[in-house]
Amino acid sequence: MSGGVDSSVAAALLADGGHEVVGATLKLWGGDSDSGCCSVADVDDARRVADQIGIPHHVFNLTADFEQSVVAPYVADHGAGRTPNPCVECNRSIKFGTLLDRARRLGFEALATGHHARVEQVEGRWRLRRGADRHKDQSYVLAMLGQDQLAATVLPVGSLTKEAVRAEAARRGLRTAAKPDSQDVCFITRTSGRRAFVGERLDLHEGAVVEATTGAVVGSVPAVELVTLGQRRGLGVAVDGRRRYALAVDVVGRRVVVGGSDEAVCQRVAVGTPTWVDRPLVAGDRALAQTSAHGEAAPCRWLGHAVVFERPHPLVAPGQTVALYHASYGDAVAGSASAA
Amino acid sequence: MTPAYLDHASATPMRPEAVAAMLPFLTERFGNPSGDHQVARQARRALDEARETVADCLGCRPGEIVFTGGGTESNNLGVLGAQRSRGGRVVCSAVEHAAVLEACRAAAGTTVAVDGEARVDLERLTAALDDTVAVVSVMAVNNETGTIEPLSAVAEVVRRRAPGAVLHTDAVAAVPWLDVAEAIAPADLVSLSGHKFGGPRGVGILVVREPATVAPVLRGGPQERGRRPGTHDLAGIVGTAAALTAALSGRAVEVARVGALRDRLADGLVGAGTELVETVTRSAPHRDRSHTVAGTFHVLFPGVDQEELLLLADEAGVCAAAGAACASGALEPSHVLLALGLSAAEARTALRFSLGHTTTAADVDTAVAVVSGAVKHLRDAGRRPATPQPPSTL
Repeated sequence: MSGGVDSSVAAALLADGGHEVVGATLKLWGGDSDSGCCSVADVDDARRVADQIGIPHHVFNLTADFEQSVVAPYVADHGAGRTPNPCVECNRSIKFGTLLDRARRLGFEALATGHHARVEQVEGRWRLRRGADRHKDQSYVLAMLGQDQLAATVLPVGSLTKEAVRAEAARRGLRTAAKPDSQDVCFITRTSGRRAFVGERLDLHEGAVVEATTGAVVGSVPAVELVTLGQRRGLGVAVDGRRRYALAVDVVGRRVVVGGSDEAVCQRVAVGTPTWVDRPLVAGDRALAQTSAHGEAAPCRWLGHAVVFERPHPLVAPGQTVALYHASYGDAVAGSASAA
Repeated sequence: MTPAYLDHASATPMRPEAVAAMLPFLTERFGNPSGDHQVARQARRALDEARETVADCLGCRPGEIVFTGGGTESNNLGVLGAQRSRGGRVVCSAVEHAAVLEACRAAAGTTVAVDGEARVDLERLTAALDDTVAVVSVMAVNNETGTIEPLSAVAEVVRRRAPGAVLHTDAVAAVPWLDVAEAIAPADLVSLSGHKFGGPRGVGILVVREPATVAPVLRGGPQERGRRPGTHDLAGIVGTAAALTAALSGRAVEVARVGALRDRLADGLVGAGTELVETVTRSAPHRDRSHTVAGTFHVLFPGVDQEELLLLADEAGVCAAAGAACASGALEPSHVLLALGLSAAEARTALRFSLGHTTTAADVDTAVAVVSGAVKHLRDAGRRPATPQPPSTL
């Protein structure tokens, strides 16, 4: 229970369904937070919603685990020229790792969240599907789950639209019914931003911006560690007025190579070791690959160590999660891997 | 079902004497002691009598008693108020309650390390003091571990090394366990909190022993000789005086009774085969607990997470504690345990059981059964091989 409307309604639906439900809010970050997730004010909301529903509520201090498994790698990846998605890592290590282990130890049968995705059992096997509300679908950040975790995962709002979730919350008089969704990463504040956060933990260096075609230095960026492959922001425009995109980021060499939008694409993305929801894809299988939280899934072929897109695809940064969906049943997750 | 409640250090039921003393002041005796008519005069008399009662209990003069809004406020007034009154540096022990630590920090003060048993290190204290120090604060009893601090020895060091300094002691956790008048005799300033000894919440005491002085922290009125303005919570003050009297009158008997129950808890857990470590001595359970107050049993359960243990215990009707919570309600690693030299991981295995005037053998026996069962369950679960996780691809 993050203090948001989705987890509020998820808890309410389960309680109504006659299950023995206990609400837990995770204290993950001890610093400033204004993202609308898990700040002290959010804990108050979660606790009061739990009171309204009539279920016990606990706050678990997982800050040490979170620092080690999510924050430290997030910072280190920036230094290594990778672009991680901390929300994916948090789901993997904390929510469906530490928390799920704890839930099992405490005698619970399942962990429920307010994620917009669906878990279904088909012929004895667990399937992970996109949420009913395509705009709010969060299967991308859950694509690393496997049979063991899915067997103990319940996603009560995955079959509802966001509108329906809010309507349900309003109908029950839950105080989070109209609360705005949390934006961005829970430990990066809107006021200070990623630059201040990473900059406090890592030395940031100015980088030269270099034109791909000519090799000419055409500008600079204040922090090369903060530039992502495919990024447009902060790189200015070329002489012909076209926007510049980062085609390559060399942290060690402190260079960003830029080009136009037609160059900021790829066809093949190398990936690391994949995880599978159930049956692994076999090299040569067709699939759909989604490379950002709200991006479209594009047709591709799975090669085992890489994904080859049928059509030019926006550049995928090293560390980015590549979520794979079944070609034949496009809203079921096959598995995921990280771009190498 | 009433739970087996073993968190008396956090809150304990009000004594019947206190409730009875308060009721008239919640109803017909509504007067404000500061006033110029018969109703005020009657209220004033009740305030004067409560003050004299408290002074008698604590071995000081009525004019040396300041009534505050609680232990935290008494600590702030005692540390910041004393510092502001005389200037100079503040030094406190590393295991003080947050109210003293934060007040010390606000005055740009420094802390002195403790030994492995949470007693202030006298050598380090000696080194930390000189004639620029104006306020030294060392608690009488640690609220987490129950350790009794060597206040006389501390006072001796202060006299030698910083003769112009005053000694403040947070004695909130000392009542009802120690002979408090005797225990606080070496101190110039003493903080107490009414609800810890069966009085109401919202009332504290600060002893300001002459010739020590405190500058007010709150501003605004003449009450308490200007040291703590604000309309008196007369009901609370009367209740506090009654509670203090009741707590001290049966003290020796109660200490023996509760001490025996604490030993029963310890023996019971050991008897059930529960592996535990007595935190203060970092040893297996033993009989000599003279270094801690009778009501506190602070332990480590190696390999067990305190959040999980508390949750299982609570579900089974046993209430205990594990240190301070932060604003969100999540447990924070105890600064006291870290000051003792425990690692953050060890600190997460700690539990505090605190017994009180209403604790019975049945409470203890329930706690033994529930806690030993929960610890065994969590240890067994910890020993099962972890579900193989897909490798992180980062």
